[in-house]
Amino acid sequence: MSRNDTRIHRIAGRGITIHGDDIDTDQILPARYLKAITFAGMEAHAFEDARAAAKAQGGEHPLDQMRFAGGSVLFVNRNFGCGSSREHAPHSLHRLGIAAVIGESFGEIFAGNCVAIGMPCVQTDTETIAALQRINETAPQTEFVLDLVGQTISAGDRVFPVSLAQGRRQQFLEGTWDPTAVLLAAGPLIEQTLAELHGRG
Amino acid sequence: MGQTLYEKVFDRHVVREVTPGQYQLLAGLHLLNEVSSPPAFEALRERGLKLRHPALTFGSSDHSISTSGQTDDFADPMAAQQVRAMGRNMAEFGANYFDPAAGEHGIIHVVAPERGLTQPGTVIVCGDSHTSTHGAFGAIAFGIGTSQVRDVLASQTLLMEKLKVRRIEITGTLAPGVYAKDVALHVIRVLGAKGGIGFAYEFGGDVVDRFSMEERMTLCNLAIEAGARCGYVNPDQTTFDYLSGRDHAPRGTAWDRAVAEWQRVRSDEDAAYDDRVVLRADEIEPMVTWGTSPDQSVAVGGNIPAAEGDVLEFMGLTEGQPIVGMRIDVAFIGSCTNGRLSDFEAVAACLRDRDLHVAPHVRALVVPGSRRVREALVARGLDAVFRDAGFQFRDAGCSLCCGMNADRLEGREVCASSSNRNFRGRQGSPTGRTLLMSPVMVAAAAIAGEVTDARQFFGAAQ
Repeated sequence: MSRNDTRIHRIAGRGITIHGDDIDTDQILPARYLKAITFAGMEAHAFEDARAAAKAQGGEHPLDQMRFAGGSVLFVNRNFGCGSSREHAPHSLHRLGIAAVIGESFGEIFAGNCVAIGMPCVQTDTETIAALQRINETAPQTEFVLDLVGQTISAGDRVFPVSLAQGRRQQFLEGTWDPTAVLLAAGPLIEQTLAELHGRG
Repeated sequence: MGQTLYEKVFDRHVVREVTPGQYQLLAGLHLLNEVSSPPAFEALRERGLKLRHPALTFGSSDHSISTSGQTDDFADPMAAQQVRAMGRNMAEFGANYFDPAAGEHGIIHVVAPERGLTQPGTVIVCGDSHTSTHGAFGAIAFGIGTSQVRDVLASQTLLMEKLKVRRIEITGTLAPGVYAKDVALHVIRVLGAKGGIGFAYEFGGDVVDRFSMEERMTLCNLAIEAGARCGYVNPDQTTFDYLSGRDHAPRGTAWDRAVAEWQRVRSDEDAAYDDRVVLRADEIEPMVTWGTSPDQSVAVGGNIPAAEGDVLEFMGLTEGQPIVGMRIDVAFIGSCTNGRLSDFEAVAACLRDRDLHVAPHVRALVVPGSRRVREALVARGLDAVFRDAGFQFRDAGCSLCCGMNADRLEGREVCASSSNRNFRGRQGSPTGRTLLMSPVMVAAAAIAGEVTDARQFFGAAQ
């Protein structure tokens, strides 16, 4: 693969588990950091309030737990990333080293934002997520391999099915997840659609 | 088999299918704010790209802007930088800007409809999840992320997948003192905060048919809190009457052609829906949220239910206690959900000539959604009604909804709020607590100093 190769076929790494349904983007990245006009440094604030709250109660948020340090595959539950459209949220996770998110379901805007920065959000069922989180928590050194070609995630010799919408999967496999160039290539077709639309009204 | 409005509007905006199930979709209107657009403009500069259709691009600074009355009064240098960057980008790329320096500002989801920019049959995008508001006009309107803002700036298009459509009918008659906000919170409670994932919500039924445009905007605004990327109402005479004569609405023969086209985009009688839900209006009461997800709500007469996790501990509530009587510290009336003229008029009608006063321990904010709303309130003398009752009457902006400006909760303060999200930290304090309710319920709580049933509190005034 060349240095400019943006294709994503396979993501391997240790895991991090964050439990809970409906974890919204306000929790992932508190609004007070939206005032920055670039995404640089956003990783310092990922889950900041939840991490502080866990610490205040004498515990540690998963992102601060040594056993998960260096993990790049994030395991979550249902409706992860719901709420505000802030792209700052996926950027904070991505810049922290997260390369893929595996969950039961995702907030739609969040999942779309993740595609645009090259971080797939793949889905699987409740039981599989529970099993993956269990493996990750009981044996945090386990290396997971997400295979977007075969749509599986494996942990050692255990292989689980995952899914990703076909179009998005193709974007990762073809390396076109940053779509600006693809969109601009439509050129005159864009203007034609616009003219037709205005001709109707 | 007929088509839904969603399918018709989507199809009319398809440029091409890029990968199976993924369409390059044209945006008929692109709205911008100062939070999600600066990194997108930065990306254009890095890539040497231009703004493709400045005439279809409109911006407003709403999240970070001060509501003190001096729009350049920033306590926070980062907020100042953000609003300055917005003005600079709008000028450099030639987009239309509702300039705060010229007093044109407001929340973009309030400003665009009142200027007649929001029109039926249009795909409308904005880097803000509450873009669903514009669906009230029969537009397909949804929030996008910053990368998509960049794509739309550069190409006027974005990649989109088709949603399923769930028709939600509200039938019957709403009792007095029950508002569009209560209908929305009821829908969210019944269908869940993630019930709408993968769906566009089409709202209909005789209650929605009778709703004003501003009530429809409140309902569609909260579609995203139900998990639906967009919500919409089929355009009808109410829609056309609202639009007629507004700044950007078509005129003359163009108006007639537009109305004919807007009639055509309505969902067909025999349209096939992926799901249908019917809710009875007479079962809806004034609602209050008790938790940290918008589906965690009870009717004002109800008690706090059992909950998983630490949510009740966070909220300082116990299972079984009534929500009525919960002491509040702050009251907020405003936001893209409930910051329009009729919202404030409903509250003012309850306050006027009653010698009611905000409880001494409560900080109460009235924040018009736009400068135009503010000016209309002043013209009607309603600013005095609010001030006399002890409310701060502030300048336009997102204010206390989003915790990104000087209006924010401190510590564990409890806020009775007419806004849209009760997420932890949403109103600017990580431990602050938000109770969502209608503007009239917020006003009653402000005066009582605690959550109270506005129907009894204000009696026949409402």
